[in-house]
Amino acid sequence: MSVTGAPRPRRPWKGLGRPRGQPSSEARAAYAPFLWLAVFFLVPFLLVAKLSLSDVVLAIPPYAPRLDWSQGLGGVIAFVRALDFDAYARMGQDGLYLAAYLSSLKFAAVATVILLLVGYPLAYGMARCRPSVRQALLMAVILPFWTSFLIRVYAWIAILKPAGLLNMALAQIGLPPVDILNTDTAVYIGLVYAYLPFMVLPLYAVLERQEAGLLEAAADLGCTPLQSFWRVTFPLSIPGVMAGALLCFIPMVGEFVIPDLLGGSGTLMLGKTIWTEFFSNRDWPAASAVAIVLLATLVIPILLFQRQQTKMMEQR
Amino acid sequence: MNAKPRLNIGAVRSSFAPWADPSAKPLVRFDQVTKRFGGETAVDAVSLDIYEGEFFALLGPSGCGKSTLMRMLAGFETPDLGRITLGGEDLAGRPPHLRPVNMMFQSYALFPHLTVAQNVAFGLRQQKKPKDEIATRVDEMLALVRLEGLAHRKPDQLSGGQKQRVALARAIAPKPRMLLLDEPLGALDRKLREETQFELMALQQRLGMTFLIVTHDQEEAMITADRIAVMRAGQLAQIGRPAEVYEAPNSRYVADFIGDVNLFEAKVIEDDGDIIRLVSPEAPEGLEAIEDDEIAIGSTAWLAVRPEKMRVHLDPPPPGPNRLEGTVADIGYLGDWTTYLVELPGGRTIRAARANASRVVDRPVDWDDKVWLTFAPDSAVVLTR
Repeated sequence: MSVTGAPRPRRPWKGLGRPRGQPSSEARAAYAPFLWLAVFFLVPFLLVAKLSLSDVVLAIPPYAPRLDWSQGLGGVIAFVRALDFDAYARMGQDGLYLAAYLSSLKFAAVATVILLLVGYPLAYGMARCRPSVRQALLMAVILPFWTSFLIRVYAWIAILKPAGLLNMALAQIGLPPVDILNTDTAVYIGLVYAYLPFMVLPLYAVLERQEAGLLEAAADLGCTPLQSFWRVTFPLSIPGVMAGALLCFIPMVGEFVIPDLLGGSGTLMLGKTIWTEFFSNRDWPAASAVAIVLLATLVIPILLFQRQQTKMMEQR
Repeated sequence: MNAKPRLNIGAVRSSFAPWADPSAKPLVRFDQVTKRFGGETAVDAVSLDIYEGEFFALLGPSGCGKSTLMRMLAGFETPDLGRITLGGEDLAGRPPHLRPVNMMFQSYALFPHLTVAQNVAFGLRQQKKPKDEIATRVDEMLALVRLEGLAHRKPDQLSGGQKQRVALARAIAPKPRMLLLDEPLGALDRKLREETQFELMALQQRLGMTFLIVTHDQEEAMITADRIAVMRAGQLAQIGRPAEVYEAPNSRYVADFIGDVNLFEAKVIEDDGDIIRLVSPEAPEGLEAIEDDEIAIGSTAWLAVRPEKMRVHLDPPPPGPNRLEGTVADIGYLGDWTTYLVELPGGRTIRAARANASRVVDRPVDWDDKVWLTFAPDSAVVLTR
C-alpha cells in the first residue's frame, strides 16, 4: 500500500543503450512487488473470502464445504454451489456486529484526532531542530519499534493498574488515585502511544522537506509566525496529515491487542469480535465475514485518500 | 567617491543624483552596522545611504556580506552594532512582517500550494485589502510582468523566467517603500538575464519605487543600478555610479572586480600636477597618466589600464611612454569583441580588447605576431592601494 505514492518519474534516457526486445532490469524489478502482493496479500485474502462464504460444521477444520480435488471438475462445481452468504446474513441480523463496527470506527477516529494533536507539534519541533539533533530525535521515535510491541503494552498495564506507577506518583503529590486500566481511556492511551510513530514520521517527512525560505517570504509579506503557519506550513503539510491519519486510522479500526489488554469487558472493538468468533465460538465463517466487511468499509476511505494524495502530489 | 573633475564620465540618469544633494534625506540609512556570525564578521561597520527612487546595487563576491546587509534591512537578521533607519525611523526590534519593505528571494520562494494569482495576492490579503481591490491589483501586477494568461497556474507549471516574474509581482504588489532583490536573475540563462536586466530597470523607472539589488554579477549591477556599492570582506570598497566605479576605481580590488584590468606596479618619479610619470620594469619606455590627486614621488603605485583602452599596433608606433612591445600569445574571438593576450618580454601577459567594428580587416592580427600596445595617459588610472 503506497500511501505517499508519487507518480514514478519517467526517465526516457534509461535503457537507451540497451538491445531491443530485452526487458530492462528495471522493468523486471517492477514485477517483484506484484509477486509479493500476490503471495502475501491476495492469496490469504482469497482464503478468507472463501471461508466467509462457508458454513459452520462440527469438524476439524470447523467449516464446510471443502474442495475435493479427487472429484475433478464435478467436485469444483459442487464446492462452488455449497458456498453461500449465510455468515453475512447472520451479521445483518445481530445488532452486536453493527455496534462493534461503529464502536471501532469511533475509537479509531477519536484516536486519530488525538494523534494529530499530539504528533503534529512533535513532528514540527523535530523538523525545526538542527540536523544533528533531528537525527537523534528521529531515532528516539523509531527506537521503541525495536522492542516487542506486546511488552510495551504490558508496560502500560504496569503504569495504569490501580497500584501502578501512575497512582503511586499521584499519591506522592497528594492527589486521589485514578482507575484507568480496563476502561476506554486506557485503550485511547494505548492506541495513541502505539501509533504515534506512524503519525509523526509522515508529518515529519513533509515538514522537514519544506523550504525555509517560504516562511521568510510569508513573514516578508506581512504574516506573523502564527499566520505563516496557517497560511503556508499547514496547507503544505496536508499530504503528511492525510498519510499519517490513514496509516493510523486503518489499522486502529481492526486493532486487537490494545483493547484486549488495556480495555474493559465493555470495550467493543472489531478485533476482539473477530477473535471471539474465531477462538471462542469456533465460527470461522462469521469471523471471516466480519473481516471482509471491515476490509470493504476501509477500502473506500483508502481509495479516496489515495486519489487525493496523487492529486496533491501532481500539483506540487 | 566623486568623479575626478577632469574626467567627464557619462552616467545613465545624470539628472538624478540625490546623494550629491546635502539637504536630501535618505530613505534608508545604515549607520555603522556590524553583524558577526560566531567569530566571523560578515558586515563590518558599514554606513550607507539609499535615497528615494534610487536603484541601488550591492555588488561583491559571495561571502562579502552583501546578502547579510540586505537581510538585516528585511529583518531576517539583527545587527550586532549600529542602526538601520527607514524614512528616519529606527527599525531595531521590528519583526519582518511589520517592515514596509518586500523582498524577492533568490530561490523565488513561491508558495507551491497557491496559484500564480494567489501568490501575488498573498501580501495584499495580509494587508486586509477588500476583495475587489485585491483582484484589481493582482490583474494589474500580472499585466505588468506579462503573465496575464497564467493566473491560475501553480508555480511548478511555470518556467524559470515565469517564476521569476511571479516572485517580482508578488513582492511589488503590496506597494512596499522599498523592493529588495536578492540575486534576482541568478537562476536565469544568459539571454533571458540580459533582457530581464533592462526590464527591471524600466520597471523601476515606471514605478518610481526604490530598488536594492544584491548581486555578484557586475554586468547586472552596471546595467540596472544608479549607484553601486562594491563590497569586500564585510566592508564597502567603493560607492559610485557604474561609470565612476568602472572608470575611476579607488583600489586595485575594485578595478579588478569590475571588469578586466591590466595592472602595472610602478614607482612614481615625477608629478607635474597634471601628468604623473612612473617607471616599471614591465614598461621600459616609462608610463604616464593623468591624475589630479597628489602622489608622493618615489612611492609605489599601480597603473590600471582596461583592455579596451589598449590599442594594438602591427607597425611600431613612435617610441615614448605608454608603449609596450610583445608577441600575441592568444586570441579570443567573441564576435563583438576580440581579446588579445600579448606576452611581454618579461613573461607578463597583457590583455587588450578591440571592438570588431567592421566585418573585414586588411591585416588581421595573428598568433605569434609581434605587436605594440599603446594607451593614452587619460585612459590609465593611478591606484595607491
